[in-house]
Amino acid sequence: MSRLGTIGARLYRGEIGYDFVAKRKFWYAVSILITITAIVGLAVRGLNMGIEFKGGAVFTTPKTSVSVAQATEYAEEASGHIAIVQKLGNDTLRIQVSDLDTAAASKAKIQLAQDMKMDPDKINSELVGPSWGEQIANKAWTGLAVFMILVVIYLAIAFEWRMAVAALIALIHDLTITVGVYALVGFEVTPGTVIGLLTILGYSLYDTVVVFDGLKEGAVGITKQTRFTYSELANRSLNATLVRSINTTVVALLPVAGLLFIGGGFLGAGMLNDISLSLFVGLAAGAYSSIFIATPLVADLKERDPQMKALKKRILAKREAAAARGESPDGEDSDQYDESGEYEDALPGDVAPAGAGAVVSPRNDRGRGRSSGRRR
Amino acid sequence: MVALTGGMFATGDTTPRLGIDLAGGTTITLKAKAEPGKESAVNETNMNTAVGIIERRVNGLGVSEAEVQTQGREHIIVNIPKGTDSEQARKQVGTTAQLYFRPVLTVAAGGVTPEPKPSASESGKGASDKDAKSDKDTEKATDGKKADDADKASSSAGEPSDSPTTQGRAVTEALRAPAADPTGSPKAAESSKAPESPAADPAASAEMTALEKQFTALNCQDEKARTALSDTTRPEKTAVACGKNSAGQWEKYILGPAEVDGKDVDDAKGQLDQQRGMWIVTMDFTSSGAKKFQKITSKLSQQQSPQNQFAIVLDGEVMSAPQVNQTLSANAEISGNFNQDSAQELGNMLSYGALPLTFSEESVTTVSAALGDEQLKAGLIAGAIGLALVVIYLVVYYRGLALIALLSLLASALLTYALMSLLGPAIGFALNLPAVCGAIVAIGITADSFIVYFERVRDEIREGRTLRPAVERAWPRARRTILVSDFVSFLAAAVLFVVTVGKVQGFAFTLGLTTLLDVVVVFFFTKPLMTLAARTKFFSSGRPWSGLDPQRLGAKPPLRRSRRTSAVPTAPKEA
Repeated sequence: MSRLGTIGARLYRGEIGYDFVAKRKFWYAVSILITITAIVGLAVRGLNMGIEFKGGAVFTTPKTSVSVAQATEYAEEASGHIAIVQKLGNDTLRIQVSDLDTAAASKAKIQLAQDMKMDPDKINSELVGPSWGEQIANKAWTGLAVFMILVVIYLAIAFEWRMAVAALIALIHDLTITVGVYALVGFEVTPGTVIGLLTILGYSLYDTVVVFDGLKEGAVGITKQTRFTYSELANRSLNATLVRSINTTVVALLPVAGLLFIGGGFLGAGMLNDISLSLFVGLAAGAYSSIFIATPLVADLKERDPQMKALKKRILAKREAAAARGESPDGEDSDQYDESGEYEDALPGDVAPAGAGAVVSPRNDRGRGRSSGRRR
Repeated sequence: MVALTGGMFATGDTTPRLGIDLAGGTTITLKAKAEPGKESAVNETNMNTAVGIIERRVNGLGVSEAEVQTQGREHIIVNIPKGTDSEQARKQVGTTAQLYFRPVLTVAAGGVTPEPKPSASESGKGASDKDAKSDKDTEKATDGKKADDADKASSSAGEPSDSPTTQGRAVTEALRAPAADPTGSPKAAESSKAPESPAADPAASAEMTALEKQFTALNCQDEKARTALSDTTRPEKTAVACGKNSAGQWEKYILGPAEVDGKDVDDAKGQLDQQRGMWIVTMDFTSSGAKKFQKITSKLSQQQSPQNQFAIVLDGEVMSAPQVNQTLSANAEISGNFNQDSAQELGNMLSYGALPLTFSEESVTTVSAALGDEQLKAGLIAGAIGLALVVIYLVVYYRGLALIALLSLLASALLTYALMSLLGPAIGFALNLPAVCGAIVAIGITADSFIVYFERVRDEIREGRTLRPAVERAWPRARRTILVSDFVSFLAAAVLFVVTVGKVQGFAFTLGLTTLLDVVVVFFFTKPLMTLAARTKFFSSGRPWSGLDPQRLGAKPPLRRSRRTSAVPTAPKEA
């Protein structure tokens, strides 16, 4: 861990790093691919909505000594769907199973009667409506829309509109992926799933906002220096906050992983599965998108800003001039960009003596982390 | 925090209330009553509307985790978690069904009028009773007058009763189209209303006489009589009804046909009128409702008391009978002897009271948990393991700092638990399995705030500061990050809470709660703890196990001192 700490320090100072921004096209492609898979999965397989959303069949058994857990097992076997079993006051069972038409319901009823050793005629079967009606669903959609609008406005004020847009795209990306995973895995969507999904809503943004906050701080006074383009600075802030991002993600994911793999897997608690799966996928996607999607998107958008364009031009010109003069780039310094050869801006590396503005860098790499943006 | 925990133990509510999926509860089966000739009213649309309304009634705040769904063609099941006042819930749920505004024709005290001859005894009793109670009741007319009118109306049955009935008829015709469901066949209505005179004579006078008889015999103090009454009342007919006045005494009424019904009310709420310092109920009508209401009020305001009153009838029971002093339209308010509870209750009934169908309670029985103990246990065990992993991770990565994180996590968990326990009885908050999972995850997310702060502190140390200034300097920056991110979470919670209903609302509540707790814990627990820790030798000397060892963090001050005149070059060494 001391090594981890050192890595953290080196990341912080920009000695090492991964060029997220330069490699953005690759990660965009990955994301688009995943998103398309999710959407195709959604379109082809559709969501397997649980009984809470679309109703199903309800069987009322006569008085029985079969336990709730046993009956759940029987019912799920007989119908192939998640069953909700409740014992009523008079020791009869109410068994709800989703998505059965009349024929399938009567088949399931006979099977159920056999398993529970009772007369099929004594089991009363009826159709049951959704407890999570359309009204709730519609209002939830409205809520989602209102929230997205407000959060974009808020982020536009607290940060700037580009970040707001990027955060929104990242958020939609996370939600799409999560929903897509449900379509592909075929898990039944329950209220638990929806609640998991809504948790992601908050979390994905939390994560993005933490990264953006670092970015905003890193980019203070960017126009007053000519060492780094916005993209480079974004990348730098990203790397500086990388440890934080990884740690927050790990810490948020661990309890969910516990619920998913231990609770759902080993202890066999079905309901836990569908809650924690959506949380797990969503949280992971949220962390991924805030680093690989949101920040590069901001950089992309920002580079279109005339001011930033001008800055980039100045920087490029300066670097070219430096290269022409044959000033060798600081070897130690360029390791950050070695892995991103295609990113021409970065190639000439450090141009210490020419440093205009606030940055005075007596020696190589340390100076980089100390770009004016670092200071407040 | 101490206060909260103390409160938790003081009230004895030491466990959060569990939702129906975990703890079971009560299930109520309601059956839609097919009104004669109107069987088609029991259709999917109306059933779904009814489900929505019942859902809102039993789950007003969205946190009680009650479930409402249709079963078969004509049943609605309502599941209420254990620990809810099921009597109250039953009252809220099914039997309170239809809401009408009817003109008042006669009012009298609620007991049986002893003499079969209506006039004398009626007026006497009515008057004396009225004297006793209704002077504080500003919704109603002054006593003497009302009693007189009551007397007049009831004694001279033949003549004046004719006019309201015909008048009523005319209005009924006009109302028929909008008031879709309630038009029962007159015959059925008649016979059930006046069992003594089974001959369903359509003649107005005969009908009125029967009504008179019923009115005289009616004892509003008898619950059975009231139930029988509300079962038989038809909105398009003149009818008798019972109701409590604001002093809590029963009164009986003869009411004209319904003129406006509950569907015409767009919104209503109990509010405190700041200027007058009293509770009132405001009503907004839909556009068609406003027209109807305007019509009835313009007519009523010209009448003498009590005929200038209209009765708000919920399921056959008069909830309130305010006097009309002027023509009103889309917006109206009812003022009277309300307190906060009664004003809000009436507001709720007015806005949610309009069930499109009448329901009867078919069965009430307990219901077991669908998920049960083992699921909850599995969830808790898994959550505990997950949190243990978090702790291990923190210890490995942050070492000594993990202690602070751990204490903060404990504080956060304790606060969450205490609040949830307290909110159970306070606002009917109930935890279902998703919420339990959510709470576990939320604790993990709370840990994120600590990490944001810790990383900041470490960054400051990397820049060469000693621990104490680092802790202080890191705080404002970390604080801003934490506040901005938590604000976004809180925004999500607030929007969802305001806009949505049902379980989503319940979730939003939990999210908002945990977000606020996160801020509280970080501000009032983690930060002070960090400041204290910075004073201890263990942390400030940068021991390897403190997690703040400058060397391990890679602080290399001499290399960049040139830029920082303010920093002490040898800072880490001296520490």
